[in-house]
Amino acid sequence: MSTDTPAGSRFDLPGTPVFDGQTSRRGLRMNKMFMSLRSEANRTRFLADEAGYCREFGLTPEQERAVLDRDWQAMIDLGGSIFYVYKLAVMDGRSMQYLGGVFTGMTEEEFVAAMRAGGRRDTGGRRDG
Amino acid sequence: MAEVVWGLATSHVPSIGAAMDRGKTEDPNWKALFDGYAPARAWLAEHRPDVAVVVYNDHANGIDLDVVPTFAIGTAEHYPVADEGFGRRPVPDVVGDADLSLHLLESLVDEGFDLTVFQELDVDHGLTVPLSVWTPDPGEAWPCPVVPLLVNVIQYPQPTAARCYALGQALGRAIRSYPEDQKVALLGTGGMSHQLAGARAGFINPEFDAMWMEAIETDPARLAALSREELIRQAGSEGIELIMWLIMRGAMDERITKVHSSYFVPASNTAAGIALFDNRAPQPA
Ligand SMILES: [Fe+2]
Repeated sequence: MSTDTPAGSRFDLPGTPVFDGQTSRRGLRMNKMFMSLRSEANRTRFLADEAGYCREFGLTPEQERAVLDRDWQAMIDLGGSIFYVYKLAVMDGRSMQYLGGVFTGMTEEEFVAAMRAGGRRDTGGRRDG
Repeated sequence: MAEVVWGLATSHVPSIGAAMDRGKTEDPNWKALFDGYAPARAWLAEHRPDVAVVVYNDHANGIDLDVVPTFAIGTAEHYPVADEGFGRRPVPDVVGDADLSLHLLESLVDEGFDLTVFQELDVDHGLTVPLSVWTPDPGEAWPCPVVPLLVNVIQYPQPTAARCYALGQALGRAIRSYPEDQKVALLGTGGMSHQLAGARAGFINPEFDAMWMEAIETDPARLAALSREELIRQAGSEGIELIMWLIMRGAMDERITKVHSSYFVPASNTAAGIALFDNRAPQPA
């Protein structure tokens, strides 16, 4: 049992994080912080003091570091839900294609090109077409 | 008595709404998607219902993670359009039908579906984008009142596909037992295959999507038998939201008539599908 089971280990599906109950427990404070960024007033406060804002929401030091560094993969690994993490990305002017590139080791342009070519057909985390 | 008149299954990807809101529907990257909607929209314009039940999920806009209802229903007279963090979509707020909501709630609870109740709810792209797919230019108001039916598809364990299909069947009985003479439309939203995070992000599975598109009409029980693991494997970690189509399908008759369907890749990171069904059985030619 652990609360630090790496994301994606629920099934034998490499490269596929499953946002399950344990993940959501780990990420709750951070995800609530992301959700708060829907309001302009909160975005302003966040940008004025990111670390202070994270502490207000009770993020762990690792989560705070991931947020400050914009380490998107770490945010997912530390319990972030992609729909919540996306709120921070939007605030930064980043797209879901940019995040897709980060998660797959591509630039945003490469990721967009892969989508326009019909999407990625890899299974089990391996590229096979 | 009320009757189900049609069912529309459609993706609810935010970028589809954004492309419409920003006038990009003729853009080469989007034109084929919107061209694929045209025949459905033309038919829908001729078949206006009295009320619509929209099966959708929220994406961190109306519901936080402190409460995660597996199934829920809105019972309000009015649902504001959510500000998702970049200003609200320039579309009308949604008018509810509280009487129908409360009837559906009671019928469904009596059948063993213990829904969570939202008396206040901001609705996000999961609900408004399908309304835009149906009605691109709503003007001051959407074509009819809406009952939101919410499904948790973003936190595991999502309800099983079988449970969604069974809920849909109970929803169909609940609609048919409503004493008002109302034409009820159903929207099942989400999908098709996609995955947003992880090394498999960008995953698209057109073979699975084609199978799903065919079976949703002709063999929904086959889809209802798929496990969560199989859905995540085949449709991607976010593609599992296709289970919401099964609620729409379950509420329709055993035999339905396809009016139109279309498939397009990509709508941002997603395979986008639309399938419109007339609830009347196929007429002999
Ligand atoms: Fe969704």
